[in-house]
Formats: sequence, structure tokens, C-alpha cells
Amino acid sequence: MSSPSQKKEVKQPADVMNQYTGERWYYSDIVKEHFFNPQNLMLEDPDEAQFNGIGMVGSPACGDMMKIWLKIDSGTERVENLKWRTFGCASAIAATSMFSVMVTENGGLPIADALKVKPQDIMKRLGGLPNRKIHCSVLADKAFRKAANDYFHRSGQHERVIVEGARVIDPTLNITDHDIEEAVLEGATDLDAVQKKLKVGIGSPDLIPEIEQLIRFYKEKYYG
Amino acid sequence: MKEIYLDHAAATPMDPRVKAAMEPFWDARYGNPAALYRQGRLAKAAVDEARETVAKIFGSRPSEIIFTAGGTEADNIAILGTARLHPGKHLITTAFEHHAGLRSFEALERDGWEVTFLPIGEDGIVDPKAVEKAIRPHTVLVSVMYANNEIGTIQPIAEIGAIVKRVRNERAQGGGVLPISFHCDASQAAGFLPLSTAALGVDLMSVNGGKIYGPKGSGCLYVRSGTRLQPIFQGGGQEQNLRSGTENVPLIVGFAKALEIAEAEREAESARLTELRDYLIQRLTTEIPKTVLNGHPTTRLPSNINVSVLDIEGEAVILYLDAKGIAISTGSACTSTTLDPSHVILAIGRPYEYAHSSLRFTLGRSTAKEDLDYLMDVFPEIVEKLRAISPIKMEVGQTEVSHPEAFAGQGSKIKVGGRTYK
Repeated sequence: MSSPSQKKEVKQPADVMNQYTGERWYYSDIVKEHFFNPQNLMLEDPDEAQFNGIGMVGSPACGDMMKIWLKIDSGTERVENLKWRTFGCASAIAATSMFSVMVTENGGLPIADALKVKPQDIMKRLGGLPNRKIHCSVLADKAFRKAANDYFHRSGQHERVIVEGARVIDPTLNITDHDIEEAVLEGATDLDAVQKKLKVGIGSPDLIPEIEQLIRFYKEKYYG
Repeated sequence: MKEIYLDHAAATPMDPRVKAAMEPFWDARYGNPAALYRQGRLAKAAVDEARETVAKIFGSRPSEIIFTAGGTEADNIAILGTARLHPGKHLITTAFEHHAGLRSFEALERDGWEVTFLPIGEDGIVDPKAVEKAIRPHTVLVSVMYANNEIGTIQPIAEIGAIVKRVRNERAQGGGVLPISFHCDASQAAGFLPLSTAALGVDLMSVNGGKIYGPKGSGCLYVRSGTRLQPIFQGGGQEQNLRSGTENVPLIVGFAKALEIAEAEREAESARLTELRDYLIQRLTTEIPKTVLNGHPTTRLPSNINVSVLDIEGEAVILYLDAKGIAISTGSACTSTTLDPSHVILAIGRPYEYAHSSLRFTLGRSTAKEDLDYLMDVFPEIVEKLRAISPIKMEVGQTEVSHPEAFAGQGSKIKVGGRTYK
């Protein structure tokens, strides 16, 4: 009943993008490669004098943590070196490894361009991640931003520091746009699902249009 | 490549004897047990026989056994079925039940029932005195699992059963009419612990066939005679009207056979696995630094080892071990569909990093000492590799989140098990 050729036609679950040729795995082959052979890891005791930007972030979605050490060439402003460590899962490891390659390859991206690398760009290079793993690739991005801000402070370019302030959307429950962003990252991509997590706007129906707009925005940002 | 399966609490391979017992009921004996003609009678006889087999093991009457499609369904029938007879009344359970129970109680709480989720001791064991204290005049249900599915700790079911029974008798003597029932999810316990319903003092007890080398999607609910439930399925009234739908004859036969074998082999297998369990706990906690056992060291299932290997994340460990042919599971948020870390590890008072780092090894009939030795040959290197890339350095015994600054300034927080870390 199940000859090998028939087996191959069995459809993968939608959130497992695996272009396998032989054995199936939970992640794509590229993810697998970066998971088993992560690039640009900080393996030795960091000599912090070798770096001019350091940032550590945690994922509020799952509790993973990520630390990035950056060396920016002060003349060209290119990313000369990026090292990282993580307390995170396979997709966090693979996404950060890929990100580190993307910003350091071909002589390194100028920091301004590196800051424009979106989680989708990382995922595209990885051959996709399951939907609920997208927040793991966001972690690399966030840690990089924090490290870049550290560099801007250290190099006296305070005006370039990117401040991501939270805006209160639901004043009764004190829920911000960041909370909604996190909910979308955790896989809640419509009003019902977001309200299930956050109760946002349940007592204030007049807020619903803005909440829906934000959900669409973040959905587009991360899944679009 | 070697294949070493150490996730028997998740699923067990079906015993060939079970498969053989089920065989005729797929095609040769296909009748509906409700039918009067020969094929129907043959099917009914098989279901009756299975019911008697299970009843004998429980020391109960056959009419007290309701066949279900697994443990989750049995839990739902028991918990929702009891609560719905008594709208708005009080229910008691524990904070570390299997989701089949926990989510049922959470749903009831949303719908207006009062629910007490009892805290768990650091050793992963419920204090019967806490149960006693929580019982109110209008409490109608107490539900405590026999053995925890993640950390394997064994609960004092008989003591709790006696307390509930005493309350019931006191109510009756006082002229009260409000019943109180005791439900126990024995899905993980079956095959390791005695299932005599009288000794345990349970009114309702769930068992799952998929955990005892029987077919997945099979199981039963014991309903002590006189215990009333509102049916949650509507239909043809099968299984005392508590589980309508044509009886799944092959799975029922398979379930009974699996339980029969598990019970026959229970004592010998438990003794064998206890030795292997203690061997692995010993090796893990002495050979791998900063490895902490979760749950009581001996009041736990013979099959269960749950440790937190600090500073490393569970999903990454699982996939590295998988590459070596070893299958285990983790309480890390990264592997759960909701991205919540294990509620069990949090319930025993560990910080979320412990849950993130928790690994569950569950042994079974195929497990030999050589398998554990092979695990210990390859595991330390994986730990070393993942620790080398980890930015955190937890201390054993730490109860605080290690790097709150990593989460600061993001306008958000880590939510775990109802606790919020800013």
C-alpha cells in the first residue's frame, strides 16, 4: 500500500517546511545544517575589548535567551565580527547562525543595512520555519538591535539609538502594542485569538478597529 | 543507527499479543454489538468479555466500566459529567494535573464553577491534609492524578479517597443530599501501581490504553455504582449512556488485553525498571554537573526520570539526541504548542529556566541497561556543546529568573504558569 514513491506524495503539515529528499525532519535541511553546525558562535571566554557592541535579550514568548557580541568597523561602519550565544531551541540556534552569516558575509553589511534585515529575510534563507517558531528568529534580530544600540552609545552616536517605545492601546488593562505584537508572534493572528491571550478590547469595543489594524500590521510584518 | 526509545510515557509500542487479540475484529467479526443477529452477538460477547477482564483487575463490577477513546475522553466524561450535574458548585483539583484534567477544570471555572487548584509540594506530591482543608460544604468533586505524567511522582490516592469518603458519610449523617465524588486519572499509573478501586477509594478512575502497550485512542473510565454523571455525548446511549457511539470493538478488546498483560507483568516489570531508573538517576546526577532531579527520588513511577540540566534548552537537546537515535521529551516551552513551559515543573516551585531545561526519560519493556549506558556515552558531549553556547549560568537551587535585564525594556514580560516576570 505504501510504496516509496507514494510515500513521498504525502503532504507535509503546513507549518513544517521541509524540502527533504530522504528522511523527514521537523525543520528544513538548511535549518538542520545550521543547528548541527552553528556559525560564528562565541565559544571561548569573550574578550570583551574585542567588541564594541553587546546586547542580550530574552524572548517573552518562550523564555529563550540570546546574547550577541558585535565588532563594528568604526571607519566603514561595517559589521566586522558578530558572535553569539543562546539558551534557545533549534530554530533560535539556526536563525541566529544564519543571521550572523548574513550580516558578516562579503565583507560585512554596513550597520544601517544590517538593521534592516527582517526576520522574514532570515527565514527565507533558512528555507522557512514553522509558524510558531518565527519568534525564535525575531530573537536574533532583537539581540542585534540591542547590541547595535550599545555600539551607538559607545561611539557617541546617541541620536542613532533606536528606541522602541511601547504605546498603550487598552488603557483599562494597560496593554501595549508590544503585547499585541507578542501575541501575533505566538501565533494569534486574528482578533479572537489575540483576545483569548490578552482580553484586549473586550470591555472597550471602540478600541477594536485599532486592535484589528495592529494585528494586520504585525501579521504582515512577520508572516506576510 | 541505534534506536533507543525512552519516551514510554508518551506512547508505547503495541504488544504483539494485543495486536493478535484485536485481529479478528477488524474484518471477520465486524458486527455492531447492539445488533441481534450472530455477528452482533459475537461482537457483544467480545465487549462483555473485555469488560469483565477490566472489572476483575479493578476489583469492581463489569457494569462499572465505561470504555472510552482514551484517557482524555475519560477525564472529560468524569469531570464535566460530575460538574454539570451541580452548576456553580465547588471543585478541587491540583495545579499539576494532565492537561486533560486541568483544561476541563479551567473551562468549568470560566463557566461559573468555583475551582481550587491545590499547590504541589517541592517533591511533587500533594498533601492530603491540603485536600481535606480545601473541601467546602458545597464541594462536589475532588480530582487528583495517581502518578504525574511528567515527573512520575505518586500521589497518596488511598488517603485522599478515605478523606472524601468520610466527608460523604458525614454529609449523609447530617441529612445532606449533595454528593461528593473522587476522580483519579490513573493513565500513567496503570501497569506500575495497583488499580484496586476499593483500596484506592475512588469513585471515578481513568485509564489509557495507549500508555500500556495497547492501542492508542483506547481506554476506560471506572464509574463506581451510584456515582451520577451527566453524559457529555448525546447519541445511541451506549456504555450506560455515558459514551454514546458504536463500541469500538477491536480497540476495546485490545485495551482489555493490554491491561491484562500489564497487570500480570506489573510487579516483575516494576522491580526491573526501578533498578534501571535509580541507575540512570545516579549516573545523570553524578556525571553531569548541575543536573537536578525533579520530583521525589523514590515515590515516583519505576519508569520515570525527570531532570533539569541547567543552562541548556530542552528542544535542542531532543534534536541532538534524536540524531544519535535516542528519543526523549522535554518540558521546554519551545516544544509546546502554546509556547508555555511545563506547568508541572513550575508547580513544584522551580523557576522557568528549570522547565526550559527539563528532560524526561521514561523507560519501558524494551529498555535494557545497555541502552542507558549508550545514552550516557553520548549525552555528556551534547550537554557540553550546548552549555558552551549558552549565555546563562544558573546556580543549583536558584529560584529567581537568571537574567531579568534581558527581558527589560521590551514593554512585555515572561508569563509562566500564571506568574509574570517583568
